[in-house]
Amino acid sequence: MIRLDNLTKVFDTPKGAVVAADHINMEVPRGEICILLGPSGCGKTTTLKMINRIVRATSGKVFLDGEDTTGMNTQDLRRNIGYVIQQIGLFPNMTIEENITVVPRLLGWDRAAYKKRARELMDMIAMDAEAFLKRYPSELSGGQQQRIGVARALAADPPVMLMDEPFGAIDPINRAVIQDEFLKMQAELKKTILFVSHDIDEAIKMGDRIAIFREGKLVQYSAPDDLLSAPRNGFVESFLGEDRALKRLNLVKVREVFSDEMGAVKPDDTLETALARIDDFGYQNAILMVNDHGEPAGMITRSVARTTRGYCRDHYQTAPPVAQLDDDLRKVASLMFANDTTWLPCVDAQGRVCGHITQRAMTHHLGSRYRSRPEDSAPLRSQPETKE
Amino acid sequence: MPIRSLKSAGRWLLAILLFAAGVWAQRSGVIEDFIYYLPDVRYLAVQHLFLTAVSGSLAIVIAVPLGIVLSRPSMARFAESLMQVLNVGTTIPTLAVLALSMSFLGIGTTPAIFGLTVATLLPITRNTYVGLKGVSPALMEAAAGLGMSPAQRLFRVELPNALYVIFAGIRTALAINVGTVPLAFLIGAGGLGELIFTGIDLYDTVMMLAGAIPTALLAVIVDALVAVVAFLVVPRGVNPSRA
Repeated sequence: MIRLDNLTKVFDTPKGAVVAADHINMEVPRGEICILLGPSGCGKTTTLKMINRIVRATSGKVFLDGEDTTGMNTQDLRRNIGYVIQQIGLFPNMTIEENITVVPRLLGWDRAAYKKRARELMDMIAMDAEAFLKRYPSELSGGQQQRIGVARALAADPPVMLMDEPFGAIDPINRAVIQDEFLKMQAELKKTILFVSHDIDEAIKMGDRIAIFREGKLVQYSAPDDLLSAPRNGFVESFLGEDRALKRLNLVKVREVFSDEMGAVKPDDTLETALARIDDFGYQNAILMVNDHGEPAGMITRSVARTTRGYCRDHYQTAPPVAQLDDDLRKVASLMFANDTTWLPCVDAQGRVCGHITQRAMTHHLGSRYRSRPEDSAPLRSQPETKE
Repeated sequence: MPIRSLKSAGRWLLAILLFAAGVWAQRSGVIEDFIYYLPDVRYLAVQHLFLTAVSGSLAIVIAVPLGIVLSRPSMARFAESLMQVLNVGTTIPTLAVLALSMSFLGIGTTPAIFGLTVATLLPITRNTYVGLKGVSPALMEAAAGLGMSPAQRLFRVELPNALYVIFAGIRTALAINVGTVPLAFLIGAGGLGELIFTGIDLYDTVMMLAGAIPTALLAVIVDALVAVVAFLVVPRGVNPSRA
C-alpha cells in the first residue's frame, strides 16, 4: 500500500551535508499500522514528512497503492493522505465543525454532505456533536483537541494516514484512553497508517509493524513480537530496553497460552472427591470449585480436603481472580504477583471457566521464541526486494 | 442615598464639579461663544473626517497587501531590512513629511492626503507583517498537510489568525491619523486645525478649544468605531475580547 523506494533526504547545513534519511526502503501493507521508532534525530519524522512532501525528498520515490506519487500535484496528494501532528494544529479561527470539514470543503463537497460527515466523525470519536460542533478549539481540553485532530484527518476518508507523534503531548491517562479508542476505530476503518513515535511501549501497543531508525538508516523492520524476541543488533536491543521480555507480555493474549485441561469440583462433590482430583491433576495446593453455571465459585485447598469430611459447598475459600481470554499476559502476571499465586482460572466472555493459565506456561511461551532464534535472521518480512 | 465607598464619593464629586463648570461656563458666556463657532466646527469636522477617511483608506489598502507580501517566505531575505527602513521612516516627524510633500505637490488637499497616508502606513504594515509571521508554524504545517494551496492557507488560516493584530495596527494608525490631520491646515488642506492654529495665533482660547475638543472627540469616536468593527470581524475563536 505504502512503499518507500530508496527515499533519501540530505539537508545542506553550514557545517556540511547532513543525511537525515538514507535510502529508506520499506513497505506497509494495506490496513496496517507501521510505527516509525527511534531516538530523536534518527530520521523517522523526516521520512514520514517526505511522504506528503512537507519535506521534499532529495531522491527516491514514494508509491501509494502501487502508484508512483512523484508526478502527482502536491495539493491533490495531500488531500488523499490524512495528517495528524503532535501540536494538533486545529485552526483557532474555525469552529470544530469547520475544522473537521476542512478537507471535504477543499474537495468541493456540497454543504449537506460535509455537515452530515461532521456528525458521523463526531460519533466515530465518541464526542457529542450537539455540544461540540459549534465550539472553538480553545474551549476544548488537549485530549479532546487531539480527537478532533484525528477526526479532521479522517474527514475525507483517505486510505492512508500519517501521524507524527499524535499522542505525544497528551497526559498519560488520556493518552492510553485515546490509544485504545484509536485502535478500536482502526479495527473498523482499516486505514494504512504510518505513525511516528519515540515511545517503545506505544509502538508495541499500536503497531502491526515497527521500523527502528538510527542516524537516518532503517535498522530493523518487523512485527513487534519478532522485534522484541529477535532484535537485530546491539542498538535495537538497547533501545528496546533490558525488560523487553516483559514488554512482550503486552503482545500475547491469554487465549494463546492457556490450557483447557483443567480439573474442578462442584459444590455438591464431597471433599474426598476433591482430594482425589487434586491428586489426579497433580495440583499442589488447591482445586477450583465451579457452580452450576460454570462460573468460578471458590477454592478447595488440599489441607482442608485431607483433614475434613463433608461437602465442598461447606468448606471452600473465596475464588481467586480470573483471567479473561482476551486479556494480555501483562495483566495476568500482575494479578499473579498481587495474589501470590502461580496460576489463574480463565473464563470466557460469558464468565464460564474454560481453562487455566500458569506462570510456567507463560515463561515457556515467551522463552521458546528466544531459544528458537536463528542467528541474525529476524523475520524482516517486508524488504521490497523480496516482496512484490 | 448614603455614600458607601470611595468610588461613589468620587462620582458625586465629579457630578458636582461638572455642575460648577456648567454654571461658570454659562455665567462667563463661554457657551455662547462656542455656539458661535458651531457652523464652522460642523463644516471643518466634515473636512477633517474626509481627510482621515481618504488617507486612512489609502493607507489600509496599501499597507495590508504590503505586509502580506513582506511576510511571504520568498520575501524572507528582504523583509527584515525593509521593515527597518519603514521603522526609520516613522521617526521622521509628520510635520516634516507634510512639509516635504508640500514641496513636491504644492498646497492643498492632495499633498495633505499624501503626507497623512505615509504617516499612517507604518503601524498597519508592521502589524500585518508581525501578525502573519506570528501564526504558529504548527498551524501552517497542518494547513499545508491537509492540502491547502498557498492562497487558501493565506485566506483561511493566516489572515483570520492575524486579524486581531492587524486591527490593532489599524486602530493605532487611525487614532494617530485623526490627531495629525490638524497639521494639514498648515499646507492648506483645512480641517479642524484651522480653528486650533488660528485660535493660537489670535490668542483666542475659545476658538482654539472649538477646534481641539472636537478633534479629541473624533479621535475617540474613530478609535471606538474601529474597535467595534474588529469585534465583529475577527473570528470568535481568535478574538480575545470575545473569549
